[in-house]
Amino acid sequence: MGEIIQEEKHEKGGKRRPKKHSTSIDMTPMVDLMCLLITFFMLTTAFSKPKVMEITMPEKTEDTAKPKDAPKVAADRTVNVLITGEDELYYYIGLANPNEPPLPTMMKTNYGPDGLRKFLLERNANVFKQVTELKEKVIKGELVVADSTLNRMIREIKKSDKKSPIVLIKADEKAKYKHIVDVIDEMAICNIAQYAVVDIAPIEIKMLESVQQ
Amino acid sequence: MPKIKMPVKSPHIDMTPMVDLFSLLLTFFMLTTSFRPQEATVIDSPFSVSEKQAPDKDLITLIIDSTNRIFFNMDNGPDSSTKYRIDLLKQMGERYSIKFSDKELDKFSKLNSYGMPVKDIKTWLTTDDPKVKEELQQGIPMDTVDNELAMWVRYARLVNPRAEVAIKGDGNADYKVVKQVMDLLQENKVNKFNLVTNLMKEEAKLED
Repeated sequence: MGEIIQEEKHEKGGKRRPKKHSTSIDMTPMVDLMCLLITFFMLTTAFSKPKVMEITMPEKTEDTAKPKDAPKVAADRTVNVLITGEDELYYYIGLANPNEPPLPTMMKTNYGPDGLRKFLLERNANVFKQVTELKEKVIKGELVVADSTLNRMIREIKKSDKKSPIVLIKADEKAKYKHIVDVIDEMAICNIAQYAVVDIAPIEIKMLESVQQ
Repeated sequence: MPKIKMPVKSPHIDMTPMVDLFSLLLTFFMLTTSFRPQEATVIDSPFSVSEKQAPDKDLITLIIDSTNRIFFNMDNGPDSSTKYRIDLLKQMGERYSIKFSDKELDKFSKLNSYGMPVKDIKTWLTTDDPKVKEELQQGIPMDTVDNELAMWVRYARLVNPRAEVAIKGDGNADYKVVKQVMDLLQENKVNKFNLVTNLMKEEAKLED
């Protein structure tokens, strides 16, 4: 570029100036076309690839000799989350056995940060604190590990804690798909180690009905 | 007195920087684009914090829309030499004694998700009328008498044993239907699913 200008200056001293030719081409059609193409690509492009949430369901046993009931878990660690329509969410602690009254009390909660999440975080404080500290260390650069190692460490923290809640997610017929996803998502947010989506028991449907009245 | 001559200004603007920028953008979009596949129905996926990317190959997708219709989709496999969709339709055709021509099979391999009884697939492949095509999409039947969805899943897993299963449900789909689909998958020995969601960051803090 600079050279060209210099040359021009040089020529000024010369005798004959060559006939000036416009160097600019009419670029309007090109610009038009480009605008069109950019708009097209911008609209058709799918930027964010869909994300997936992995969920592993308990294997179904076809063995009829065994009674099909909820997996045996420690009662005081068990948190049952019951999802029903109209954005209502309930939970209770322990096991509901119709043969062994009294039934546990149902608590109403919601999907917001002050609802189920607050409750689960309180119950899961120990694990959550450890996992958050570990993640912070990685972010600050105090700890340099590969992603797979980090995931393994988190898994070990979750495994080693013997008091963290075990969440059983149950939904009735009125529930929508997004409610289930929301609740499973809360598990991921709160770093719950063990949770499962299981069928709702008849006694729980009754409990829901009595609470809703 | 001579008239004051206004300096003649060229109406041309120098468009070079603009063109530079445009070509840059155009190149960027052309290289990064991956065309959004045309879906049979609009799905409004629920949100989650999961950052795991969906696999783009070897994937069986079961789509459940807000009116509880079920659609099925499967990709052609990791490269262009594998034509899983053709094998799948051939086997389904044999199962329901429908003969598909090579042209129909080829057309089917290029298409995306679909949701209709097997008997309607031939019409769907041959017709050019988009209205007829739209009306055919009634969802894959999943009743106890003739569980076509189970057949699709079974044959798809036979054709491509490595395929993972993803459930892409609309947020407003009934859990009852999703549960039925999950049960069906579990009957076919699929215990691990991917639920397709949109990413949304959520913060959680412990209160002291």
